[in-house]
Order: sequence, then structure tokens, then C-alpha cells
Amino acid sequence: MSKPKVGFYWCASCGGCEEAVVDLAEKIIDVVGLVDIVFWPVALDFKRSDMEKMKDGEMAVGFVNGAIRTSEQFEMAELMRRKSQCLIAFGSCAHLGGVPGLANLYDREAILRRVYQEAPSVVNPENIRPAVDTHVSGVNLSLPEFWRTVKTLDQVVDVDYYLPGCPPPVKLIGDALGAILGGKLPPRGAVLAPDKALCSDCPRRDSKPEKVILKELRRPHEFLADSRECLLTQGILCMGPSTRSGCDAACIDANMPCTGCLGPTDEVRDFGAKALAAIATSIDSDDEAEINAIINQAVDPVGVLYRYSLPSSLLHRRATGNTDGGSSK
Amino acid sequence: MNRQVTIDPITRLEGHGKINIWLDEQGNVDHAYFQVPELRGFEKFAEGRRAEDMPQITSRICGVCPTAHHMASTKALDDLFKVEPPSAAKKIRELVYSAFFVEDHALHFYFLGGPDFVVGPTAPKAQRNILGVLGKVGLDVGKEVIGLRRQIRELIAIAGGKVIHPVLGLPGGVSKTLSSEDQQKFIAGAAHAVEFAKFSLQIFNDIVLKNPQYVEWILSDAYTHKTYYMGMVDEDNRVNFYDGLLRVVGPDGKESLKFKAQDYLKHVAEHVEPWSYIKFCYLKDVGWSGFTEGVQSGVYCVAPLARLNAAEGMATPLAQEAYEQYFDTLGGRPVHHTLANHWARLIELMYAAERLNELANDPEIIEHNVRNIPQKTPDEGFGVVEAPRGTLFHHYRTDSRGIITQANLIVATQNNAARIAMSVEKAARSLIKNGLVDDGILNMVEMAFRAYDPCHGCATHALPGQMPIKLVIYDSGGTILKEIAR
Repeated sequence: MSKPKVGFYWCASCGGCEEAVVDLAEKIIDVVGLVDIVFWPVALDFKRSDMEKMKDGEMAVGFVNGAIRTSEQFEMAELMRRKSQCLIAFGSCAHLGGVPGLANLYDREAILRRVYQEAPSVVNPENIRPAVDTHVSGVNLSLPEFWRTVKTLDQVVDVDYYLPGCPPPVKLIGDALGAILGGKLPPRGAVLAPDKALCSDCPRRDSKPEKVILKELRRPHEFLADSRECLLTQGILCMGPSTRSGCDAACIDANMPCTGCLGPTDEVRDFGAKALAAIATSIDSDDEAEINAIINQAVDPVGVLYRYSLPSSLLHRRATGNTDGGSSK
Repeated sequence: MNRQVTIDPITRLEGHGKINIWLDEQGNVDHAYFQVPELRGFEKFAEGRRAEDMPQITSRICGVCPTAHHMASTKALDDLFKVEPPSAAKKIRELVYSAFFVEDHALHFYFLGGPDFVVGPTAPKAQRNILGVLGKVGLDVGKEVIGLRRQIRELIAIAGGKVIHPVLGLPGGVSKTLSSEDQQKFIAGAAHAVEFAKFSLQIFNDIVLKNPQYVEWILSDAYTHKTYYMGMVDEDNRVNFYDGLLRVVGPDGKESLKFKAQDYLKHVAEHVEPWSYIKFCYLKDVGWSGFTEGVQSGVYCVAPLARLNAAEGMATPLAQEAYEQYFDTLGGRPVHHTLANHWARLIELMYAAERLNELANDPEIIEHNVRNIPQKTPDEGFGVVEAPRGTLFHHYRTDSRGIITQANLIVATQNNAARIAMSVEKAARSLIKNGLVDDGILNMVEMAFRAYDPCHGCATHALPGQMPIKLVIYDSGGTILKEIAR
């Protein structure tokens, strides 16, 4: 029997997901023995044209990391979908939009103006900007256009499974590969990680009271957090109550709060709304002025609550209007 | 009849890289353009964020060198909040940073850049990758490389929570203390790293330096540019990755500038071209005069080749020995040969390993005082480190609550962008003659680019590899004359 074929592709991402696969270290040698990797631009020579020549569904599994920001990434996502029996959204950006999804707080025009005209180090008296088509020295050069909005993978193609995290923890990657090779995948649509909140696995869980009571919110740099006590009870906005487990509380091990990269558990549609509700119900006051004072200590709520999930949220993006007249995607 | 040669995509880049070459009627190179068609807009969406979140937000620029962004950002926060970290915290940061340099430089030599030398540029393309390297030096060496990287990356996770996107950095110090058990792991890893660096320099010596053809090739004009060089140095003008002043030397090797991070806007500027999303850095003191070399052109170079040129030595003994051998062999400082980056990178690997060893054995790293709490109102902060791929600047302005109002980032490869574009063009001009283009020539053009270990990002990614490249030659009517896919 021939080995199952698998492929990897990256879209708008940082490369950390690829490094996470390499961090399987010695185990990757075993994996390479069990599957036939037919597409992995970072590592192997197979071309887009090679994949286009494959039969639809010829790959058993396709892994796509990164969010969707350009038309080329959209085309590649569609191609991966068509050639894969099973498509996995790998990592926070493909799953929820990820940190680059925070760009949905601004429109394209503002981003381009900032980078090429307003940056203090830029010297650009003629206000030149990268253009989709440029004619220089008698030749034409082209660049892809980037969309107005960052999208998750499942907003552009059907996704079968999600491997969460920024990047996905090595153990979850190993477990997912094991489930795929052993034919033991859960029902379609599942997130391949435990369906419980991080608090339940947190090494500090015993110091967390039944009901957390917040008198004030504090920022991590403002005081020396106790290294054994629940960070939330110390007033730090830890996303543990709202975030899916599976990371062995790695950030908390470094005495820093969970920032929510594994996203919500199964029952939650909007990560930030859930996290906000968890915090709001913990505020210990009946006095409206005091409540407002505590809430006002939570600066940049969007950046904290939707750090990895703005494109997947009900908000999706800030309404900025289509000010630049380009593609509406 | 003009012909166009397109190299697209270069996939060991974050997103996408592209090289376009036009040939004239004789089949020689008329124009060549290196394009980076990628933009995510971090500087814009940083606005409105909490300053203390920047070390974790900016690390997402690159998952291969997240530690570099994390450290540059954390140092910018020290400056922003006007708080000096305790000595132990600075040592823990540099400890983590040295470990990061070891695993990152090792990745490039064994997986990415090295195969061209170890296996050879004219070897069959299927062998010019990590598997070919293993064939040449043995499977045990492969296991050693994987094992060393795993061990060192585990050390980073001990101090930083995670190795990909660590979380230890806060203004005024680090988030976590180290235990004496942690220290024992660092000591063991550091000793291993020093042995690994010795072994890597020996491999380079045996395989590259003992091969006269390779040496001739490193010295050849096709891979040479006389530019300015920038790198960070300590008080004795020795290479430092974590802290110090930026020193710039001219094409003659003499110091032309020395400045602190806070003054970067006086000396570094960015030029915009309509055909690439990357901005091209140049020395403001000299000015932009296009993609040209020499003392009148502000084009400069960063990363291993540049760092060794911009310094007067290395701060550790074995690295210093290797530094001296390097300049003796290559004809003195500065070295203008782009391919010498590979050797310089291994000398830096040795320095990083020796520095890791010094810090791992320092009793201060397990002290408990690792944070000073900021007391002053934030307004503006600057941070700079040497990333593996070159000088990295972070610059933030905030309101009085520490909310970012402006962020400016000059990332390592951007400093090199103009010189990379020039190197690709020069290699193409030198190697493509009379319309002859084959796989070997294409690889030689690629090598001009690969030597920089460019991080858009991830030339340093992963497994077997050469850049999958498609090269199409068109006639003037747009008909494909020849197609090479590899």
C-alpha cells in the first residue's frame, strides 16, 4: 500500500508554524517514513504546477497556516482544498486570524500611508508607493494586491479540522499526526486539542478561588507578580478562563499571563466576548462609578481580548469604510 | 529581442520573493530586480496597543527569529519607561539571546546555506539539501545537529516559557527567575554548544577552505561589493549581539560613524521603490544614490560579514582565534565577499556558544532580583539588538498611559535589501552569458541571495532545501522559449 500523501502551505504567517513542525525534532524522521510529503515550499522543490497536476483529493491531508490577505493566498487555499481529502487550519492565524488580524483595526490606505510616507525614517519626497504594476527602465514589474481585510482560512474555503495555538504546541502536532495516521480523527469540524479551559490544567489552579473577585486590574509590568498565585486573582488579565487548554500553561510557567492563542473552547463563538464576560462578572462592586473606574483600568481591550481572533470574531473588522477604492475583499 | 527570466517563487521567504531578469539581444543581462511582494502592516496595527505587549506582538513578525524582536522590543520598553534592569536580568536576557544565536546560526549552516558548499554547487540538485549534507558528513552528524538544536531550544523555553514567541521580556527586567536546576541545564547545554561550534568550524575548514576552487569562488568578483558595514560593538569595539553602540565602517574599513540607538534617525533612512514592498535602507550621512557601491553610496550591509568588518575583534578566545584566521585568509579587514558570510556566521556561532557558556556559569543568573518596576511616565523609547540577520531597531512613542501612538521598526534584512538586490543582479550579470541559463547557473544566482540568510522570513526554516524556483525565458512576443522548474 502506498503511503498517504500530505502537503503543507503557508499564507500570511510568520514562519513559527513551520518551525513548530521542525521542533518535532527526532520524531520528524519517523513521520517522514510514514507519509509522502508531496508539497512543502519551505523545504521541498514541488511547485504549484505540480500540485495543479494532481487529481482532486489526491492528498490525504493538507495543512495550511497563516491568514488570508492576498488574492494569491486565496488561490492557494482553494487549490489546497481541492487536492486534499482533509484540510487542516494550522495555527492561530489560519484558525482565528492571529496577531496579523489586528490589522483589521485599520484600513489599507492607512497602513500604506503609515509604512511608505509617515514612518519617521522614510525619505520619500515624491510620495512613491509600491504599485501593482510598475513600468521602469522599459520593463514591467508587478506586485500582488493585498486585500482590505484579513480573513481566516474557513472564511474562504471549507476546513475539516483546526490545530490551534501560536504556534500549535509540539505535543498537539504529534497527537494530531498520530490521529491522522491511526485513522482516529474526531468528527469533522473539531479543534484538535482538549475541550476545556486552561485554568483546569494550570499549575496555579489551587490558588484560584471558586469565584474570582477583582478590585483592580493591573498591568504585568506594574508590579512583581507572585510566581505561585493565580495571575487573575492578582489583577492581571489572564485569558486562562476563556482559553482552550493544550499548551501546558507555558506562558504562565514564565510568570506571564495567558494571552489566548489557543482560542475558545467548543461552546464559545466569540473569544473576546467570552473573555470580557468572564472579567465583568468578577468585578467586585455594586457602585457604577467604581465599576467604571475598574473597567477603565483595562486599556486597549480589543488588543488584549482579541489578540489572536479579531477576523474570526463577530466584530470581524473595524468599520473604516472603503476609503481607498480598491478591491473590496 | 529582449527576453525575460523570472525566478518565482522563492519560497523560503515569508510570503513570497521574486527575481526578474531581462536579457538583451545578445542574451546578456539588461536589468535584474529582486522583489518582496509582502506587507502585513505591523507598524500601523501596533498603534493603540499597550506598550508592554509589544515584545509579544512584534515577535509575530517572524517565528524563526522571534527572540530578536522580543529582545529589541523589551530594550525599547526599558528606554520608554526609563527603567534600568537589575544586572541579573540583563544577564538572563543575554543568556537567552546567546542560546538563540547558537540554534539559529546552526540551522542556517546545516540546513540552508551550507549544502551549497558541503555538497557543492554543481552537485545534482536533489542532493543540494540537508540530506545531501548528511550523505557527505554522516547520519550521526545529522542527529547531532537535530539534538543540539532541540537541547538549546529547550533552554530558551525554560527561561522564556515558549521557544517560538517567548514571553520573558518586561520593561525593567524579566518575568521569571532561574533555579539552580535550570542553571545546571544551561551549563550542560553551553558546554555542548562550544563543542558543536568547534566541530562546525572544523567542517568548514576541511570541506571549504581546503578546496581551492571554493576559495577562489568566495573571492570572485561576481559575489563582491565594496559597501559600508554596520554592526553593534562593545566598549572595546568587539562584536556584541545584545547591547552596545552601532559602528559603521566604510569600504576602506575605517570607522565612519558610531552612534547609539536613540540617534538612529540621524543616520539611517529608508528609500521607497514602486516595484517592491520592502523599503531600502541607506546611510543618511552619505545619501541615497541608487543601487550602487562605493564610498559615495549610502548602501550598507549588516549581518555576519558586516558585523565582523565593523568590529575590531571578538570578546571570547576561540572566536577571536577564528576571527584572526578569517581575515588572514581573506586578505584583511574589511572583507567585501558576500559568500564569506557563511564563514563569518560560524565564527559568530562560536562567539555565541562561548558567551552562553560564560553566562551559564555566572552565579548571578540565579539571583532573585530580576525586575525593577517602572516609576516614570513613558513617552518615547528606542531599542536595538543584532538579530542573526542584522541590526534590528524598534522605536515607540506612547501616550502617558503607555499606549502606542507610533511604532517604527527597521528589521534586519531591510538594512541589507539594497545590497541583496545588487548582489542578485551582479551574480546574474556575471554568470548568465549569451543566453545560457541552466540549473547550475540558477543555483549560483540563488547563492548570492542565500548567503545573507534573508529573513522575510524564513530562509532559516526547516528541512531539506533549496529554494524551489521557476525560471521562465520569454521571447519578445511573450512566447515561452524555455522553462526550468526545480
